[in-house]
Amino acid sequence: MNNPAENPQKEPLLRIAKRAELPAGKIVILRLLAVVLSLVAGGIFIACMGQNPLTIYGTILSGACRSAMAFQGTVKLMIPLLITSLGVTLAFKMKFWNIGAEGQIIFGATCATFFALFCSGMNHVLLIIVMFLAGFIGGGLWGLIPAVFKVRYNTNETLFTLMLNYIALHIVSYLRDGPWMDPGSQGFPKIARFDKNASLDKFLGIQFGWLIGLLLVVIVFIYLKYTKQGYEISVVGESQDTARYAGMNVKKIILRTMFLSGGICGMAGMIQATGSDITLTTSVAGGVGFTAIIIAWLGQLNPFAILLVSFLFSVLEKGSSVVQSNYGLSTDCADVLQGIILFFILGCEFFVRYRFLFRTKVHSEKKIKAEGE
Amino acid sequence: MKKFLSLLAVSAMVVSLCACGNSGTPAADNAEPAADTQDQTADTQQETEDQTADAQQEESQTGTGVMPAIAKEDIKVGVIHITDPAEGSGYTYTHDLGIQGMQKNIGLDDSQIVRKNNVNDTDATAIENAIRECIEDGCNVIFATSWGFMDTCEALAEEFPQVIFSHGTGYKSNGVNFNNYFGRIYQARYLAGIAAGLKTESNKLGYVAAMGQDNSEVTGGINAFAMGAYSVNPDCEVYVKVTNSWFDPEGETQAAQALVDLGCDVIAQHCDTPNPQTVAEQNGVWGVGYNSDMSKDAPKAVLTSVMWDWSVYYTTAVQSVIDGTWSGENYFGGMNEGLVTIAPLSDLCADGTKEAVEAAKEQITKNGFNVFDGVIETNDGSTVGTEGSTLSDGDITGNMNWYFKNVVVK
Repeated sequence: MNNPAENPQKEPLLRIAKRAELPAGKIVILRLLAVVLSLVAGGIFIACMGQNPLTIYGTILSGACRSAMAFQGTVKLMIPLLITSLGVTLAFKMKFWNIGAEGQIIFGATCATFFALFCSGMNHVLLIIVMFLAGFIGGGLWGLIPAVFKVRYNTNETLFTLMLNYIALHIVSYLRDGPWMDPGSQGFPKIARFDKNASLDKFLGIQFGWLIGLLLVVIVFIYLKYTKQGYEISVVGESQDTARYAGMNVKKIILRTMFLSGGICGMAGMIQATGSDITLTTSVAGGVGFTAIIIAWLGQLNPFAILLVSFLFSVLEKGSSVVQSNYGLSTDCADVLQGIILFFILGCEFFVRYRFLFRTKVHSEKKIKAEGE
Repeated sequence: MKKFLSLLAVSAMVVSLCACGNSGTPAADNAEPAADTQDQTADTQQETEDQTADAQQEESQTGTGVMPAIAKEDIKVGVIHITDPAEGSGYTYTHDLGIQGMQKNIGLDDSQIVRKNNVNDTDATAIENAIRECIEDGCNVIFATSWGFMDTCEALAEEFPQVIFSHGTGYKSNGVNFNNYFGRIYQARYLAGIAAGLKTESNKLGYVAAMGQDNSEVTGGINAFAMGAYSVNPDCEVYVKVTNSWFDPEGETQAAQALVDLGCDVIAQHCDTPNPQTVAEQNGVWGVGYNSDMSKDAPKAVLTSVMWDWSVYYTTAVQSVIDGTWSGENYFGGMNEGLVTIAPLSDLCADGTKEAVEAAKEQITKNGFNVFDGVIETNDGSTVGTEGSTLSDGDITGNMNWYFKNVVVK
């Protein structure tokens, strides 16, 4: 095929070209197609495992929503995903690659846990507020560290935020094995379950973190879309030079945004620890910080889309767990299924922006371009 | 910055409003019982342990349960596993064998057992979801096999008083629908110690321990093993290496290798994977397995294995629910009940091992020998226990924080 005589222009068989912006309707169709294809591919995988794909999909849906209790479980999984996704969205909008949501969740939860363990006698409402602030500030500071180094020494924020995850995790291990170990646990390393006074109240059967999540969806949407600071974030994200030219204090914007981003993630940690886990464990983040990155991008950094995507993720996770026990399908199979679905949906975003050009089409393509211009 | 602070203040106020709105009803109602149970657990912890043995005998004879009977067809058992029984060896596999044995003994249908596998025991939300899914599926008896499931079981037992929660290896219970089950594994370890003590040539026995001295369960096991070895070979020492994890394949391998390098020629273990046994086999030394019969993992090394037969407890528990005699008391079975045992001695054992083990076994099952009898010398020069008596179950499960005189921590 590489014979130049055959192909005088040396055009490759296949090349990738950026698409002109597609009409909204077409994008929607493309995405729906991706969902359908992912379900078909996942179905083939399930069929290979000797199960009926339709019943498995049905069980995922019913497992997540079959009863009030199941739905509450689904929402409980959604709370940290949603809030953390909103947190990283702020940083991503600024093209600051905050891979450290995991660490910010953990550190926020750790700061809040201090008050839950040692100030549990405080007035309930006051204690909850203090813990919220502790979670927010703790997570914020954890996000601020890489931002300071970024603006000062231009360090790589991806690596920096990632490494801080492990530091936060080991701080929890240290506290669990040492100073904060449950004295009643007979040598087993764990932190005591929080006093009821130090745990979040329930609203409609679920800890009220879901209300905070919904509230944050609106707040982040307004903040990014209608405030001066939100505008600054997107300008810095598009081009720091432009921002500087426009007289913006880029360093200040980066620091402020990372504090807010980390703070929201820290709050997610506080809500998870005091609302769902009712204790602090090394699994308080449990990969949420990484899943949130996918959710934020799948939601196109739009808070309302993020709400939808994080709900779908929770349905998949909760439903898969029911599939495991009802059909003996290993939890690993559920992970494969999630991977397949993600592969197609993320792949679809590629086709929204790019397309393949085959050699035979090249000429007509050029024509189209010429006409377009 | 000022704007940001004011934003923070506003959000704090919004939050506090939400909190106010809610705290009015549910929190106030729950506040008192919560405080009560907190106090109780601290007290009952000691008490229940002491009472377990006597109470069990009394209660089981009276035949009156604290929960209504459930017909056999209506029983649905939920099992929460920390890993996957498909591993084919070790902790979860052994528990699942027990569940399968119970299913066969009682004659339950496959649909009457719900298994939740790979439930991370440090992720309270995952544990809670797994248990709630069992309850949604109609389970009325829940067996939670890992220590880390304890606090979640305690909380859910309060929320679902009609469901029976039975938690393995912990120390909490509420005496009604939440109990704790465990066993006298130290009896089996004593026998394994005899086999190891007779086999060793270097007089150094290695012991890969999941937890350190603070942990009564592990420390008691080490002591029983060391005392068994001492009873037949007063010159041998037990070298202990702690991994600080119940399940740490890599750490267990390293600990076992380090013990072999120190000159140990029998490797015993209290941890989940068979890795210490495979390390022993690779180095041409011997070993004592744990949980399941590990001779299938390392046939050229394993002398015997310290084993649980959980089906004994699971059958007793489920049968008592069917009969309406569920007492809610903690369960602490031993060799007499058949809950703990050792795997058949392999051909690798030294001559005379069979006779010595049989003799000790008879002492335990027939003559009331409880391993921790009389005055015991510890490795820091002090003594524990008094002449003519044995340590209480409370001391064995909760206060075993000393090592027998021939134990050396490395």
